[in-house]
Amino acid sequence: MRTARFVAGRVLATVLVLLIVSALTYLVFYLLPSDPAQLSCGRPCTPASLATARAFMGYDEPVWRQYLAFLGGIFAGRSYGSGVAAIHCAAPCFGYSFQLNAPVTQLILGRIPVTFSIAIGAAVLWLLLGVSAGVGSAVKRGTLLDRAAMAVAVGGVSAPAYLVGLLAILLFGFTLNMVPVNGYVALTENPVQWAWHLVLPWCVLAVISAAVYARLTRAQMLDVLGEDYIRTARAKGLREWRVVGRHGLRNVLIPVVTLFGLDLGQLLGGAVITERVFSMQGLGALLIDAVHNLDLPLVVGITLFSAFLIILANAAVDLLYGAIDPRAAA
Amino acid sequence: MSAAQIGSPDVARRGSETWRRLLADRWAAIGAVVVVLLVLFAVLAPVLAGIEGQDAYTYHLDALADSGAPLGSGGGMSGRHWFGVEPRTGRDLFAIVAFGARTSLLIGVGATAVAVLLGVAVGVTAGYFGGWYDRLISRGVDVLFGFPSLIFMIAVGAIVPARFPRSSLILLVIGFFGWPPVARVVRGQTLVLRRRTFVVASEAMGAGSVHVLVRQLLPNLGATVIVYATMLVPGMIGAEAALSFLGVGVPPPTPSWGRTIGSAIDWVSTDVMFLLFPGLALFAATLSFNLLGDGLRDALDPRLRGLR
Repeated sequence: MRTARFVAGRVLATVLVLLIVSALTYLVFYLLPSDPAQLSCGRPCTPASLATARAFMGYDEPVWRQYLAFLGGIFAGRSYGSGVAAIHCAAPCFGYSFQLNAPVTQLILGRIPVTFSIAIGAAVLWLLLGVSAGVGSAVKRGTLLDRAAMAVAVGGVSAPAYLVGLLAILLFGFTLNMVPVNGYVALTENPVQWAWHLVLPWCVLAVISAAVYARLTRAQMLDVLGEDYIRTARAKGLREWRVVGRHGLRNVLIPVVTLFGLDLGQLLGGAVITERVFSMQGLGALLIDAVHNLDLPLVVGITLFSAFLIILANAAVDLLYGAIDPRAAA
Repeated sequence: MSAAQIGSPDVARRGSETWRRLLADRWAAIGAVVVVLLVLFAVLAPVLAGIEGQDAYTYHLDALADSGAPLGSGGGMSGRHWFGVEPRTGRDLFAIVAFGARTSLLIGVGATAVAVLLGVAVGVTAGYFGGWYDRLISRGVDVLFGFPSLIFMIAVGAIVPARFPRSSLILLVIGFFGWPPVARVVRGQTLVLRRRTFVVASEAMGAGSVHVLVRQLLPNLGATVIVYATMLVPGMIGAEAALSFLGVGVPPPTPSWGRTIGSAIDWVSTDVMFLLFPGLALFAATLSFNLLGDGLRDALDPRLRGLR
């Protein structure tokens, strides 16, 4: 019952946040003086043809009607124009790119596998790396291992992903000829080549983000190891790895999960940068091209799509948090 | 003794102790020295480039081979071009790196100032007034914390008209997405401070909320704000560099480390110096500010040592 109320409350709050964020974003993007209809009106652009283009795209409506149409499109799909020339955009419709003549959702879905492949693989790797380095450092506190790991961690926090990525390309790609330096192979096409092309991006993104997790895990583990229940566990004769692994790690994971939830947005940003370094055509490349071409519906669509994605993922982490730490759901 | 003075001896004593601890921290001291050197490098950029006899804009096609790669080893490093030249254009890399330091530091510090102003204003009022306003702000901070801000920063480039100066736009946008951590910390500190005797006394003497906020709370938040501002700078410098790297940041020909690193992608196998000089400068800048920020925080509150 309590859990049900916790879940219901979280879901409700998430829906509210989604509405507010999308409304604010929509407002900002449409109040600023740029006119997408002007760009696709063609030459010569007479006032009449401009008005037609506006009406076709739905920009002749007041901003709140446009926003409601956008929201409606996400759930039920929408149509632009009427009659034979009408374009239908099926749900979930995040807008329509008149420059590329394709629904934004379709464009995004075409790029998502690249970005997600980078992001998810890197996240798994960095959690494993970060937590194990942190635990190792805490257990071997003050030793050379500890100091070396923490020095690498400070360096990792400061190193930009693209710089490390380019140096890694130079070393492992061009000099040692070990791994491919660019391109993406679809997982469905060839899983081995898929992973092989992603090894370098994963490692680069993971090493940099793992640093923060290593520092957090170390500090948290040192804290936890000083607790009474750890002394009790040791006193009853448990082996050290069991004390650290079972009694210590469980409590360390709570802040790690919290931080991970907060870092999801950064993860997406990191994946966008990594795409560029390794010349992969993912969501970031799509967005940057859209910005350069002033393809406003596509820019708004991608922005809102990523915001929705991160907010939903955050809500999922919140619920997961409730599962790890029953106190949070109380 | 006026109400305003009651809190001050506390601050002064803590200040001198902070300095002592900071100077004792070897890594923080190294960070501070590098930060000072970087600032000097940026301020003296025209002088240094003048000594070298180069600027960041002139093309030196005579320094390039037919392929566009610089002539000579090390990316064309020589007495005339200390760091070599940029492939394809032959612009002087030393001048680009030196003037790039100005871009980085100006936008980094400027965006930090924006973030700190917003964060302090929002945080201190949320902590002091509490209630629904505080709940609203806290929830907003929670949402912004996990936000894909890089995506938003890229997107804004499409909608702001071209006549608005890009560098100022980048500064404002980066700064705008930087305030939540400041607001969170300042709010927490305010919650503690408002229960302290000097605040309660001032309120009892009939001080209005503006007086309490500005004269009682703000001076006591100074140390915290300085620490967090220092810790924000590397992230801001990194954000500018990332946007420029992606081609949506500071527009050419204004020198920017990030953009030069972005151009270096195509040359990484033939001219590694083109990547290394701006890359190392960027790394030195973020690392030194991180070391200094960590050291300042530890010096201010030794209990936090080792935390992130």
